[in-house]
Formats: sequence, C-alpha cells, structure tokens
Amino acid sequence: MIAIIDYGMGNLRSVQKGFERMGHEAVVTRDAETILSASKVVLPGVGAFPDCMRNLREYGLVDVVQASINSGKPFLGICLGLQLLFTESEEFGISKGLDIIKGRVVRFKGPEFTDLKIPHMGWNSISIKRRAPALQDVPDNSNFYFVHSFHVVPEDKGVIATTTNYGFDFVSSIWKDNIFAAQFHPEKSQALGLSILKRFGEQKG
Amino acid sequence: MLTKRIIPCLDVKGGRVVKGVSFVNLRDAGDPVEIAKAYDEQGADELTFLDITASHEERGIILDVVRRTAEQVFMPLTVGGGIKVIDDIRNLLLAGADKVSINTTAVHDPEFIKAASLRFGSQCIVVAIDAKRVVAHDPDFKPPLTWADDPKYQSLFLTNSEPKTQNSKLHWEVYTHGGRKPMGIDAVAWAKKMEEYGAGEILLTSMNQDGQKTGYDLELTRAVAEAVTIPVIASGGVGNLEHIYEGFTKGKADAALAASIFHFKEYTIRQAKEYLKERGVPVRL
Repeated sequence: MIAIIDYGMGNLRSVQKGFERMGHEAVVTRDAETILSASKVVLPGVGAFPDCMRNLREYGLVDVVQASINSGKPFLGICLGLQLLFTESEEFGISKGLDIIKGRVVRFKGPEFTDLKIPHMGWNSISIKRRAPALQDVPDNSNFYFVHSFHVVPEDKGVIATTTNYGFDFVSSIWKDNIFAAQFHPEKSQALGLSILKRFGEQKG
Repeated sequence: MLTKRIIPCLDVKGGRVVKGVSFVNLRDAGDPVEIAKAYDEQGADELTFLDITASHEERGIILDVVRRTAEQVFMPLTVGGGIKVIDDIRNLLLAGADKVSINTTAVHDPEFIKAASLRFGSQCIVVAIDAKRVVAHDPDFKPPLTWADDPKYQSLFLTNSEPKTQNSKLHWEVYTHGGRKPMGIDAVAWAKKMEEYGAGEILLTSMNQDGQKTGYDLELTRAVAEAVTIPVIASGGVGNLEHIYEGFTKGKADAALAASIFHFKEYTIRQAKEYLKERGVPVRL
C-alpha cells in the first residue's frame, strides 16, 4: 500500500486517484503508524514552503518522513514535496527544510532580469539525465505540467534526474537511492504522468 | 521550452453543460464529465468550468461535477463562477479543482484576493477580468463599490486617467455580472493591482469580442500581458485558428481559451495545435 502524506496542504485527492487509476492502492493519511508501515511513501504538496514545513512539524511528520526515507522504501516527492527535501528555501526569507538533499530552493529570476512570466505555469519538456525507475516509460523531451515560482539547486549535481528549460536549465527532478522527486505534477500530466505513478507503485522496497 | 496552452471552456448550469456542445456523439450530450474526457483525449492542456448556476442552493452541484471529473481526467482543472467566500474556494479545491477563477467578488472586495492567495497559494487563484473598450467615459460616473472613495485605490479608476481623444491611448473598463455592470475601473490598472494582491494568473475576456468570432481584442490582450508578469489567458472572440495564433503572437497571451470553435467540431484541439506548431508557436502535441 502507498501512503500519501496529508499535512493539510493542497489537493491530494488527484494523486490518490492517479494511483488508483493505475491499479495501486493508496491512502491519504497523517497517521505516523500508517505511513511507517506503508510499502511506499509519497510527499505531495502545493503552497508556500514555510507553511508546509510548519504543518509537517505540527503534525509530528518530520521524523516520519526521515524514517521512511531511511528505511529504503520507495519515496516520491511532488512539487513542494521535492523542495521540502532540501536544506533551505529562500521563500519568505530563509526557511529550513528537511535537509535530506543538500542544496537550496531559490526563486526564478523575475521580470527585472528576463521577460519570463512567474509562476512558471504550464506544460514544459524534461530532458532526462538519469533514468530513474519511475521514468522508465517516459520518452526524453516529453511534456509535463508545472506550476511553481521556486526551483531546487542541489549541491551534488549527481542527484539530478531531469532538467527543464525556462530561460535556463533548472533541475526538474532528482533521483537519489530510494528517492525520486519531481517539480512537475505527474497527477496532472495525463497519460505520461500516470505512467510515473504506475512505475513508482511497482517498485520494490 | 514552455508551451502555449489551449484551454477549452465549458459553461455549466445545474450540473449540465449549456451553450451546446456537438463535437462528440454522447448519449448524454450535456454531461460535463463526458465532454471533459473527450477534450482530454484530444490533448487539451487544461480545462475550465464556468459555473453559471444562478441560485445559491444549486452550488453543491458543481462540486459533484468537479469531483466526478477529477476522477476521470488527469489535467489541470479551473472552476469559476459564484465564488463569494474563502470556504467556496476550499470546497472546490477539496473536490478536485486545481485553480479557481474569481471575478465579481474580486471587484467588490479586492482584499479577498490577498486573503485567498495567502491561504491557498497564488498558483490556484485566477482573477477573471471582463473588459470593454471605453468609447466615452462619463466623469461623474459613481462606481457602485464600497471602496470607491478609498484613497489607495483611486489610481484604478478611469476618471483619474487621461482624457480620451481619438488619438489617446486606448482604455478598457472592467465589467461584472457577465458584462452587464460597468465598474469605472481601468482594466490594465486592475490587472496590475490583482497581480500585486497575489493573483497567479489573469483570465482576460473582451466583452466587445465575446461571441463575435472575429478574434480576440489583441490590443487589450497585449496591453494586459505587457503590464503584468503573471500568465495571461486570452478569451472572447475566437472564430478560427488564425485568431488563436494572433492571440499568442500579437496579443502576447500565454494561453488561449475558446469555447464554441471546439464545441461545434469546427476544429479539434489537435488541429489547433498542429496549425500553431507549423507557424512556430511552441505547443504540446
């Protein structure tokens, strides 16, 4: 069973429905025991970084996320669920993240530097650098749905799974051991997005 | 590269699509979920539902439509119409909407957009603006707004912008209630204010062009797209594929919303995208 961590942010139903459509059982939960006993764990999320971290702390989920990752079971981060894994974010000052992946979360350079719109919203392509197991059915340069104003900058470039161009190449997903985490939304990216949920659900811990 | 989005829009009333959709043979021709699925298969980039249900009692129906759609369709879904309080947004998001589009409530209470974007994030707050070209503006017009005398909002009003002569800069006025009530607000200034208050996107409809099938108001679209740094969705007036192309190139829109040309099978979304791709507009095929 897949546990989708519910920390009071965002629309988790679509992630759950996506797994169900692909034949994987998934529950939305904030119960520590359920999460720890799940075979796979998903950290989704939309909203502001500091609010999400505060909610994770309030619900006592910081250690649960850490323990899930340490246990070696497949772990999927989506959007803010990618960003939260990092050391810190510059959203609303500096906020401390989970520090599981070393690096920072920074804002896209705005109109003072480029003519690009912020948020980066819509369908953009991913360039696959390392093919994580969840990406096995995804052709290089496929389009996925993005909506975000901040992006991750990992210290170790070796964790990069895909990059995406928005004025420059930013990191659109990472893959490290049992962790795959994407800035884009597989649950909003039609058939190819669902293929990621399908393959993630098939992984063995 | 970020692609330009094509967004079909469905008017929903009492849980059924109205205005007619004839592109697909459905047993239940007005079922929004079936139509959403068909657009999904055609490669729409997002979907917008506009809830035009008049009465408050029927508000629950759109939640059911959103819930059923979100179970079948895995792409971004925006819902607009009748949003008055924060709980309306919360309920739509919980039902499976990704974004909500707000028009009248934003005009009557600009601070609502601030509160909504702080609570749910800018990414899910779309401000819809219905704008009409100003031909002659009555300087004594009193906007029907409780905040009309608030000094911090004075720069939003047309009365305070330059007098309009034939050669002066074009102006557009914000309307509410489906384009029936003028508000005396300059549409470009309003779009900028809404961005400042946390809107993540602007859905811009030309009331002059809506239903005309002669193309978007390109000057309006461009004026707003160049004034804000958030994405702008062009709406109102599409009659053929060239109009969509012009919306992206001359109008500088980030996304194109259209209803009837897709509903009545004149073009499929795929045809629209192929047309755009041939002309160098980045699209997702």
